[in-house]
Amino acid sequence: MPNLRFTEQPLSEWMSSGGKDSDIVISSRVRIARNLLHAPFPMLATSEQSEDVLRKLQDVLDDERIEDFGKIYPILLDDLEDLDKKVLVEKHLISPSLANESKSGAVFISENESLSIMVNEEDHLRIQCLYPGFQVQEAWERATSVDDIFEDHVDYAFDDNRGFLTSCPTNVGTGLRASVMMHLPALVLTGQINRILSAVSQVGLTVRGIYGEGSEAMGNLFQISNQITLGQSEDEIIENLYSVVLQIIDHEKTARETLLTESHLRMVDRVMRSYGILSHAAIMESKEAAQRLSDVRLGVDLGLIDTLSPQVLNELNVMTQPGFLQKIFSENMSPGERDMYRAKLIRDKVNVNNGKEN
Amino acid sequence: MQCQECGKRPATLHFTKIVNGEKTEFRICESCAREKGEIIPGTTGGFSIHNLLSGFLDFNPGSHSQNPTIKAPENLRCEECGITYSQFSKIGRFGCSSCYKYFNDRLDPLFKRVHGNTVHVGKVPKRAGSHIQVKRKLDELRQQLQERILQEEFEEAAGLRDEIRELEKNISAE
Repeated sequence: MPNLRFTEQPLSEWMSSGGKDSDIVISSRVRIARNLLHAPFPMLATSEQSEDVLRKLQDVLDDERIEDFGKIYPILLDDLEDLDKKVLVEKHLISPSLANESKSGAVFISENESLSIMVNEEDHLRIQCLYPGFQVQEAWERATSVDDIFEDHVDYAFDDNRGFLTSCPTNVGTGLRASVMMHLPALVLTGQINRILSAVSQVGLTVRGIYGEGSEAMGNLFQISNQITLGQSEDEIIENLYSVVLQIIDHEKTARETLLTESHLRMVDRVMRSYGILSHAAIMESKEAAQRLSDVRLGVDLGLIDTLSPQVLNELNVMTQPGFLQKIFSENMSPGERDMYRAKLIRDKVNVNNGKEN
Repeated sequence: MQCQECGKRPATLHFTKIVNGEKTEFRICESCAREKGEIIPGTTGGFSIHNLLSGFLDFNPGSHSQNPTIKAPENLRCEECGITYSQFSKIGRFGCSSCYKYFNDRLDPLFKRVHGNTVHVGKVPKRAGSHIQVKRKLDELRQQLQERILQEEFEEAAGLRDEIRELEKNISAE
């Protein structure tokens, strides 16, 4: 029986503290892709080869240094129920491709869930560090130190010219993907978002929805990450992302101030209207939930609502996802029931935190 | 200007991507952009990086490229994992780390398009890459040497030359 602690709680422990600039940057993430020498990439590996890779990587967990940041729990994907996989994806602890396609896939998760090491995903090894708020530098330092530990024990596929060799040509070189999840409601409301996002794409960065490639930007949440992995050093990549994000934070802050001074009444109305709907609605679709939660989060950040904490909203963002709802209520629910349960869950959460019994 | 995708509607969205001086432009209409999904955040769509990538790989440089690439021979294949270049260009993934060696001659244009660069300058693994640290140092010294010579600072140049020789001796001794 695998350890199920990670699928019981919606909010990872690492998310419980806000972190720097957490009113705009929800979280920072760094992922490093590595492969072992003399083994085909997971896409072509036989079951035996994949098991061998997993064994070699799991042996590294015996190195005490790896638990410098808390105990590590190895979990085999084959031991998990589909629903638990779904929840791990919703918590960003594993990728959809590890959940659905991997052979001998595994994930090593640290106690507070800020470190998650995926095995036999698209690459043999993917080291991922998650930090609350705007801490992309910290996340990189942690990830690279974990990378060093693995490198002490296994031989990486590395080429003098091409750097770390990866399955997909878009990751070769540093194998580094650094990203931040930003909440940008004021830039959306003031219609500046498209201009800013297209500027971002001109400096080698890319914008995605919160569940990665191809996913939709919901609830004004945008994931901004580096596109280039070859020909720039890790420090350059991190600094580039950092300085661009810093500028977006400034723009969002300015837009929030403008909205608050120039359209104060309309802002209060928007925020409180959403707050009211979340506290009382009986049916809540996921898209509406994301938008209303975004409004309320903005209200909290602007000091218009003081009865809710940002943590409750982070929690609700995860809890209102389909997998988590099924986990809490029932596995076999129709989409209609799901919207009903989602509304109930939000009501309970919002009203309890509001000091009212439901 | 017509949309590059459908060729019917006028192109209302212009994207310019400049990576290390390499400029790529798209001019497309809103409806095609929406179809591609990723370009306008907030819209759904299945246009993923892999679609784009296989476009790059199949890309025929034609007349407007300065370095027309040789067409891959049908039998270009990685001897290690057995994947062919044409399979690689369809799926957009390498089969194993040796693919990089066997397909090496054809990878520069691809990496140039994806990353704007072809050579890694970042982290080097301690064990597998100690010689690379030396190589990078050598490259740096050689460049300094050239600069000194151009500025006719021969004394400094001689010092650099000796340093380079010393490093080269160490490498061949290994």
